[in-house]
This record gives sequence, C-alpha cells and structure tokens, in this order.
Amino acid sequence: MHLGRVMGTVVATTRAVGLDGVKFLIVQPLDKHQRDSGTPVVAADAVAMAGPGELVYYVASREAAEALEERFVPVDHAIVGLVDQVTLDGDDQ
Amino acid sequence: MKIAKVAGTVVSPVSHPLFEGHRLLLCDLVDPEGSANGYLIAVDVVNAGVGERVLICDEGTSARQILGITTGPVRSVIVGVIDRIT
Repeated sequence: MHLGRVMGTVVATTRAVGLDGVKFLIVQPLDKHQRDSGTPVVAADAVAMAGPGELVYYVASREAAEALEERFVPVDHAIVGLVDQVTLDGDDQ
Repeated sequence: MKIAKVAGTVVSPVSHPLFEGHRLLLCDLVDPEGSANGYLIAVDVVNAGVGERVLICDEGTSARQILGITTGPVRSVIVGVIDRIT
C-alpha cells in the first residue's frame, strides 16, 4: 500500500459489468514525505468517503478488486483508507 | 519476502473494515546492505517498532491468511523482526 493524494474525480457513465455505483478518483502517488511520485492513477474509492485534496492510502493490482463489494471486477487501484497523520522517525507530518 | 526498515506510523481514521484494530507502519524497503529503495505501508502483526528491520510479506493470499480472512484488499504484512543478516 502507498500514500496518495486525491486530485479529482472521473465520471464514466458507460462501465464494465460490476462497476455500477463505484466512485472513481484521480490519485497522485506520493513518496513517504508526501511529495508527488510518478504518474496519477484512477482508483476506485472503496471507503466511499475520499474527496479531492484528501491524503489516502491505496492498494494496487489484484487486491484492489478485493476492496469492492463485488470482487471479480476490472479494477487495478483502490483507495482503502483515509490518512490523518503520517509520523516518520523524528518528525511529524 | 522483502527486507524493510520501519520509518514511521500511519494514522487512519477511516479505512476498510479489515484494517480496524491493526497498526499500519510505513516501511522503507532496503536491500541486505541497507540501501533504501522505495517504501510500503504494511499491516503490523508482530509489534515491530520504528527503526527496526523487518520482513514484509508482499503477497495477497498469504497476507489474508495471516490476518485470518479469506477476502480483503490487503497485500503487505510485517511478519518478522530481523535480528541479524549474515
């Protein structure tokens, strides 16, 4: 799992079977100091509470589909939690 | 499994139910010599402390087995604290 920042939402009316009701968000992957790291991805919001600007953690690959109610769905990134605070050795972030 | 050094903690007020009651640690992935190479957020089941070198199992089915569940979006679990590497 990695840290990410929600950058926006994606609206897609036409979807694959099993994706009805799933919210898609654009997530910028972050390094441990919460600096941008890599290309933004579109992630399913499995906590249904994430919004733009929010710090989250997400899973990738097969485990992303496990986050949703329907498990055999074509999803490769999913937000599984909101982050209040990251405390690194010796500093608070 | 991967070698990592625990860099800090992650506090999450809202998460998928499977993470409730579990500690999340931010771990720097390191090679056996100690050079850092990216990071992971992992579930801690062995009470690892910040600064310790740990073993991370980074595979979904094993992670779910360790947590005693059959489904759930989890892949990285800290499964051991490393005493030494020779």
